[in-house]
Amino acid sequence: MADPGVLLEPLIPTLRRYAYALVRDHAAADDLVQDTLERALSRWTSRRPDGELRAWLFAILRNLHIDARRQARRRGVQVEIDEIDHGETAAQQEAALEARDVLATLEQLPEEQKSLLLLIGVEDFSYDEAARVLGVPIGTVMSRLSRARQKLRSLVENGPVALLRRVK
Amino acid sequence: MTGEDDPIGEDELQAFVDERLDGPRRMAVEAHLARHPELRERIAAERRQRASLRAQLQGKAAEPIPARLRIATIQAARRDRLVRRVGMIAAAVAIFVVGASAGWFANGARPGQPALVAQAPTTSIAQGATAAYRTFVVEVAHPVEVGVAQEAHLLQWLSKRLGHKLAAPDLAPFGYRLMGGRLLPAGSAAAAQLMYEDTAGKRLTLYVRAADGTETAFRFQQDGDAATFAWIDQGFGFAVTATASREELLPIAEAVYKGLATKG
Repeated sequence: MADPGVLLEPLIPTLRRYAYALVRDHAAADDLVQDTLERALSRWTSRRPDGELRAWLFAILRNLHIDARRQARRRGVQVEIDEIDHGETAAQQEAALEARDVLATLEQLPEEQKSLLLLIGVEDFSYDEAARVLGVPIGTVMSRLSRARQKLRSLVENGPVALLRRVK
Repeated sequence: MTGEDDPIGEDELQAFVDERLDGPRRMAVEAHLARHPELRERIAAERRQRASLRAQLQGKAAEPIPARLRIATIQAARRDRLVRRVGMIAAAVAIFVVGASAGWFANGARPGQPALVAQAPTTSIAQGATAAYRTFVVEVAHPVEVGVAQEAHLLQWLSKRLGHKLAAPDLAPFGYRLMGGRLLPAGSAAAAQLMYEDTAGKRLTLYVRAADGTETAFRFQQDGDAATFAWIDQGFGFAVTATASREELLPIAEAVYKGLATKG
């Protein structure tokens, strides 16, 4: 059998990118990728054919992420003391906001819409491949992708206002 | 609508946003958008957002792979874990002792202790084990000093105090599960007691300490309801104690001893 490293390593950079876009923390993203690779290696012999390796790996990562979030929600959010924001200047905040806006806005979408936009829009997954990662029919992917883009657009365009309205 | 407008599907619009539309369909969509300014604006915004998301994340995929995510690193860690697990299984039937020669231990038991040297070494081990069993098996609040949750720490600590590497036998085949252990005085030296419990709450202890002698046969001792098998092997005395019959206890003691012999 082929050495798993030869097949897996070319996919690690994009796995790290997907993980980072999901969790928005570099170290946590790499933890997620590490867990994904460990899981993949432990199930290596029972994996699907090579052609679907990418979808298989991304699906493992996504499922681990969803599980971890579910557990975190049950435990309550934990914030490390070091990570508490001590406040940036207004100018810094604004600059950061501009640079981050779409990625930051993505945070406000449900995980499934987020994943769709990342897999299709950034990772160039085919609709079919994305459907396999998400475990839904391809037709569902198309309609959900359209909804996800509408939601993102309205959040980018009226972001804070829409947020305030929703909070109220 | 300007008459003969080719019907355009939402899926085609999405494919257009993703730049996955070629040839005539792409032209049809472009023509359609040209006639519908509002839709054109929406699609343009979606394309912009897609592009900026890609741009924001581009750098991430260009980063070199951190060492800890290299497949070779992860495979090596997996192998280590596997070796450790196999090691635990091998140790599953025995407490094993490695390192210094038996002679060191023979010297370890000091001559000035008449109570210990006056009788057969196994007898004193069985007595020590039984006394420890009686003291702690009835204990409800603190049956062990360090619980099984900290098994690694427990074994490391007891190993250090005994001066030799100690592993907890897996007595699951006999229905006993490790609860934890404690350190006990044994003359001038230290003894370790590992406590096990079955689902009915019946407890069994394994008592280990440095002992004079290299090898002896099993010695059975019944003290009230506490039964003990004790033996000495390679400078260590072992005792398995439980409220059980000789017949029930023997296979457990044999399993521990056999594992020890294969290790030795």
